[in-house]
Amino acid sequence: MAQSDGPTPLERFINGILPENPVYRQMLGLCPTLAVTAAMKPAMTMAAAVLFVLVCANIMVSLIRHLLQPHLRILVFTLTIAVFVTIADRVLAAYVYGMSKALGPYVPLIIVNCIIIARCEICASKQGVLPAIGDAVGQSFGNAVALASVATVREILGKGTWFDLPVMPLTSGDYGWSLMILPPGAFLTLGLLLGLNVHIQTVQARRKREAEKAASTALATSA
Amino acid sequence: MTDTTAPKAEAAPALEVAPSPHAFDLDLTTRGMMRDVLLALLPPMAMAIYTFGWLAVLVVTVTTASCLAAEELFERLRGSPAKLGDLSAVVTGVILGLTLPATCPWWVAMIAGFVAIGIGKTVFGSLGQNVFNPAMVGRAFVMISFSKFLGAPAYQVADAAGILSQATPLTVARDANAVMPELWPMFLGTVNGSLGETSALACLLGGLYLCARRTASWEIPFGVITAVVLFAGLTQLVVTPTAIAAVPALRLTVFEHLTGGALVFGAFYIATDPVTSPITGRGKLYFGLGVGAFVWLIRTFSGYPEGVMFAVLLMNALVPLINRGTVPVPVGGPTPALAKK
Repeated sequence: MAQSDGPTPLERFINGILPENPVYRQMLGLCPTLAVTAAMKPAMTMAAAVLFVLVCANIMVSLIRHLLQPHLRILVFTLTIAVFVTIADRVLAAYVYGMSKALGPYVPLIIVNCIIIARCEICASKQGVLPAIGDAVGQSFGNAVALASVATVREILGKGTWFDLPVMPLTSGDYGWSLMILPPGAFLTLGLLLGLNVHIQTVQARRKREAEKAASTALATSA
Repeated sequence: MTDTTAPKAEAAPALEVAPSPHAFDLDLTTRGMMRDVLLALLPPMAMAIYTFGWLAVLVVTVTTASCLAAEELFERLRGSPAKLGDLSAVVTGVILGLTLPATCPWWVAMIAGFVAIGIGKTVFGSLGQNVFNPAMVGRAFVMISFSKFLGAPAYQVADAAGILSQATPLTVARDANAVMPELWPMFLGTVNGSLGETSALACLLGGLYLCARRTASWEIPFGVITAVVLFAGLTQLVVTPTAIAAVPALRLTVFEHLTGGALVFGAFYIATDPVTSPITGRGKLYFGLGVGAFVWLIRTFSGYPEGVMFAVLLMNALVPLINRGTVPVPVGGPTPALAKK
C-alpha cells in the first residue's frame, strides 16, 4: 500500500514543534498550559504524560483506522485515549506520588485534551503508523516547549528558581513574586508570550515579503 | 446651486458642518488635560517630599520612568507611533508613585509602572480603550505579588526616625487598643501613609483646582465623599462598644475616614480618570457613590486597612453597566427606540 497519503513522518514531526505548535499556533490544550505551569517540574511531568498518551493513542488509532465508522470515531478516539491516560495516571500515582498529588485532576483531564483528539482526527485516523508516530512526537515536543516557556517565566519570576534550583541573583530565601504563581500570572504570561509570538511571526512575514519583492524587482531590472 | 448670476449679497452665510465632538476650547486636548492633572498633583507631591524626603522623589521618578519606558516599548510592539508627548503615561506614573509607600523598593516601583502601562493600558488598545485605571492595575499587581513590601506592616519601619516609625492611621484603627492620631496632623499630612495620600489638605487643593478647571468631573469626588460620610455617619450614630470590640475599624469617625488614608487623593485624582469613569453626569455620581461605599466596606470589614484601590477597580468594572443605565433623555423627549422598551 502506498504511503503517500499525506505529509511524511519527518514533516509531521517538524510541523508539531513550531509551525503548528499545539499551544502557540493551534491554541489547543490551554487549560493544562495555564494550570500546571507554576513550576518546571509539574509542567515537564505533564508534558511527559502527554507524550506517552499521544504516541500510544496515535499508534492505536492509526492501526484501527480502516475499522473506524465516521459517526463513532470521536467516541473511539476518546475511549482509546482514556485507556492510556488511566495507565499514565496510575503509573504516576505509583512511582511519583507527590507529583501525582500536585497535578491533581489535570492528568485524568488529558482524556479531554484537544491536542490529542485533534491529532487522532487530523493525522492518525488518516495516515499510517510511521507518520502518526512522527506527528505524535512532534506535537508532544511542541507542547513541551510551550509548557516549558510559560513555566520558565513563571517559576523564575514567581519563586526565583528553575527546576527548584535557585537562579535569581541577590535573593534571599523569601523572594516571591506571588502573582506569577497564582492563576492571574498564568494568564498574563501566556497572553504576553502569545503576543510576542504573533509579533515575531508578523515581523518575519513582513521581512519575507520585502525580500521577495526585492528579489522580484532585481529580477525585473536584470531581465 | 450653480446659479452664478445670483447677487453676491444673498449668498448664505458659511455653515461649517462637522461631526462631534464640537471642541469649542482648543486647549481641551489630551495633553492639556494631562498637564492640568500634573499641575494639580504638585501640592500632594510637594507634601510627599516634605514628609518623606528623597524617598518620595525616588519612588515617583522610578514609576514615571518605568511607565514611559513601557509606553514606548508596547506602542512599538503594536506598531503605532509612541505617544509619550500626550503626558498620559507621566500622569499614570506620578499617580502610581504617590500611592506607593515610601519604603517601596525601586524594583517593585519599576514593575508597578511597567504593569500599569503595559498590562493596564496598552494591551487593551492604548489610551481611551482601557477598562481599568492603569495606575491602580499596577498597584494591585505589586500589592498582591509583593505584599511583604506593600502590605500594612511595610509602611512602618521600626528603626526609622519620625513619621516612618508610626503606624498609618487606618492600621491604627484596626487595633482596638491603639490610640488614633489627632485629626489636625491627619488633615495636614504629617502622618505615615502612602506618599501622596497623607495630606488631605494638599489633595483637596489640587483636586478643587481640577474640578474648577473641569478636567475632573465634580460628581465623582462628590459621590465618593458623600457615600463615605453617609456610611461613616450612620455607623457613628448607631455603633456600640460591643460592635467596636468585634470590628475595631467601626470606631472611625466621619472625619477620620475623610482625613486618614487615601480617600481624598483617590476621590479627586484616581476615580476621576475620564477613560475609566462613566460618561454621563448621573452615571458619574453613581460611580462616585459606589466607590465611596466600597471604600467604607473594605476599610471596615475586609483584611485590608485601606480600600480605595480595590473600590476603584471594582467600580471600573461596572462602568459600562452604569453608562447603559444612565443614557440621558435628549431635548424633545426620549428617542423612539429607547421609549419603546
